[in-house]
Amino acid sequence: MTDAQPVLRLEGIVKTFPGVRALDGVAFTVMPGEVHALMGENGAGKSTLMKVLGGIHAPDEGQIYIAEEPVVMTSPLQAKARGVVFIHQELSLADELSVAENIFLGELPRKAFAQVDWAKLYAETDAILQRLNVGFNARTRVGDLSIANQQMVEIARALTVDPRAVIFDEPTASLTDAEKVVLFEVIEDLKSRDVGIIYISHRMEEIFKITDRISVLRDGQYRGTLNTVDTNEDEVTQLMIGRSLDLSRNASHHALGEVALEVRGLSCGTLYSDVSFEVRRGEVLGFYGLVGAGRTEIAETIFGLRDPSAGQILLDGQEVRISSPIDAIAHGISLVPEDRKAQGLVLGMNCRDNMTLPQVGDLTAGPFVSEGAEISIFDQYRDKLDIRTPGWRQTVGNLSGGNQQKIVIGKWLSMRPKVLIVDEPTRGIDVGSKAEIHNLIRELAAQGYAVIVISSEMPEVLHVSDRIVAMFGGRVMRQFTSDEVTEDSLIQAISGIAAPQVA
Amino acid sequence: MKTQDLLKSNVLKHGAIWAFIVAELTFFTVAGSFLSTSDKSFMDFDNMLLLLKQSAPIGIIALGMTIIMINGNIDLSVGATFALAAVVMLDSMTWPFMVAMGDWAIPFSWLFALLTGIVLGAVNGLIVWKTGVDAFIVTLGSMLGFRGLVFMYNGENPTSNLNWTLVDFAEAQFLGIHTPTWFLLITALILWLLMSRTVHGRNAYAIGNNREAAVNAGIKVGPHFMWNFMLIGFLAALSAVVFYSESGSVNPNDGMLYELWAITAVVLGGTKLTGGYGSIISTLGGVIAIQLLRKGLGHIGADTETVNLVIGLILIAVLFLDRQMNRKSKGGLKI
Repeated sequence: MTDAQPVLRLEGIVKTFPGVRALDGVAFTVMPGEVHALMGENGAGKSTLMKVLGGIHAPDEGQIYIAEEPVVMTSPLQAKARGVVFIHQELSLADELSVAENIFLGELPRKAFAQVDWAKLYAETDAILQRLNVGFNARTRVGDLSIANQQMVEIARALTVDPRAVIFDEPTASLTDAEKVVLFEVIEDLKSRDVGIIYISHRMEEIFKITDRISVLRDGQYRGTLNTVDTNEDEVTQLMIGRSLDLSRNASHHALGEVALEVRGLSCGTLYSDVSFEVRRGEVLGFYGLVGAGRTEIAETIFGLRDPSAGQILLDGQEVRISSPIDAIAHGISLVPEDRKAQGLVLGMNCRDNMTLPQVGDLTAGPFVSEGAEISIFDQYRDKLDIRTPGWRQTVGNLSGGNQQKIVIGKWLSMRPKVLIVDEPTRGIDVGSKAEIHNLIRELAAQGYAVIVISSEMPEVLHVSDRIVAMFGGRVMRQFTSDEVTEDSLIQAISGIAAPQVA
Repeated sequence: MKTQDLLKSNVLKHGAIWAFIVAELTFFTVAGSFLSTSDKSFMDFDNMLLLLKQSAPIGIIALGMTIIMINGNIDLSVGATFALAAVVMLDSMTWPFMVAMGDWAIPFSWLFALLTGIVLGAVNGLIVWKTGVDAFIVTLGSMLGFRGLVFMYNGENPTSNLNWTLVDFAEAQFLGIHTPTWFLLITALILWLLMSRTVHGRNAYAIGNNREAAVNAGIKVGPHFMWNFMLIGFLAALSAVVFYSESGSVNPNDGMLYELWAITAVVLGGTKLTGGYGSIISTLGGVIAIQLLRKGLGHIGADTETVNLVIGLILIAVLFLDRQMNRKSKGGLKI
């Protein structure tokens, strides 16, 4: 790739929004046949840069070159016409239409009298799908596909033109490990066709596996480009956050208390079966497994969102019946859900109201809500969790992911729960805030809370948990203490290679 | 956003409808001085009092509709509920045991009408809660159904009963303000307190904004919906009570399109159709703005057809402006 000309070059890009210099002289070059990682914390300017590239925002200064030709981008369609295509993190597909219609949406092949040329449409689509080696065809309804396959449709859409550059934005966020392998094969294939690839991700593991170079943004500024083979995770992290991040094992050094929650033989239809475990006060119990292993569903059952088909839930040794979140909350069980924006927060409400939502019924003076009581709760947990917001009036939707997550955690902590379940505690949260959330979870355990952490990131599970429950296909495969667990044994347990171990 | 900016944008959002009202007043006063056939000025005090009185029937319904829409629901059956409550009120006064009570029949007739409204609202609420069918569909059905009940009651004939004590009450002015206006203002005050100060109000916003998060926070969403539908049923009946106490006669087609006028006022006041955002006071502004338009256009000599056309255009223009302003501040998507 030494003498080839870059497929994409950005020079001195500046973009300011009222009060923020979102991009400050960003330069960035993508060569043909290269996978170029773009990294940075949330708010570092990655999304803005991509919006500039896609023509959604016009840059204040700077120039974009495609194949060394200066261009002005005005819309994603125009970018696509020039061979620059985006695979977005959030899928934008029409569920009710077929795969073929989605792929050629807006540019369906025509016959006379504006009729769609279905034969040509399906033939062209199947040709593209064949390249991707997927298990569905042009006529499949998109709504019937798994998320991973829907993502493949997005990728197929990119291949309808002969792309010069493809931009992947967090493509693996909702993929299982097996599905990731397929995605990486597609990327390899594109690479071999001399396509330049921009790969945006928070996941170091993947970055080091598939990229050639890594460019880092911090606070809208370009911090440098590293050759992937010459660098390591520490160096990249330091560039991103200006310090290094501790992800070592973290077993408890405090004594564990009584068993707070015990689950015996819990089953829920085909989702999971015969799940038993216990969690003590002062302990962090990690749940690790692939997407679909049944972890979230167990949490939802304990929180009263699903009815179990068999089994018992015991709190402090007493069997309890939990048929709704109202029951769960009354019993001191809290759930920080997987999808913070869809399930955890009322985005249009302010910080204070979100934090006091489950208990606002108890914060009344006469018929009215006591704002004073609410503000004092908010202030207390803002300080405790170090939530950075200009004030309680701030709308939660305007906070960063890390601060949003702290609002959800604060919401439940202020109810003084017995058991705190945290599902994917750091999904979509930048590296710096991740460490804070991890420390917070450890601290809560030290204060005597029983904490369950569900995570799809192995370093995270290893880092925060005292014990780890490994799940596969709706069953508990093995339970590890933090002393005995190794990455290999954990991977074996969650991929169904090893037979379930009887505790 | 800084706290100051937040306050500024709030003033802008809540102030817009009142600025619009001031603009209307100015326009009609100036235009009226050239075009009006009457020698009275538009801003005449009595004229304004009358305007408030006339906005009461739809206003009271619109206030309730605000809560329903903040919830993320809608109620299309209010016009039919209004008519049925009116029929019950006027007809019940002719029942033998009611006639025997003399003027004591009045509070009972009101009670029957209000109960009718609450029951009809409860029917809507129960169906929305228990079936999970969208409120639009449920109340579209009940709109037709309730209207059917009105016709079953008395066929195509009007139901009449003029009680002069009632008329005197309805036409009375206390502190210069008409009885219907008092009902409107007191309802607005109570609902404003409900929505801004109580747990129920807080939950209404939370459910409308993110129903799943509300469920996860332990809010009983179904019963909450039910209460609000009973409330708007009550308010539709209250509106009928206020209006028909004076007129004493109800046609089976009365109240048609009231649901749409109420929704227009709510939307003009800035409440979002998608739920989670809105304000009682701004709806009051929306109600007044519509009534001002009607009266003002009449004042400068426009006929009814023109009035509807203009109101329709203004509604779209206002929402377009609102969208433009929001899009600029939030960087929303182009479509």
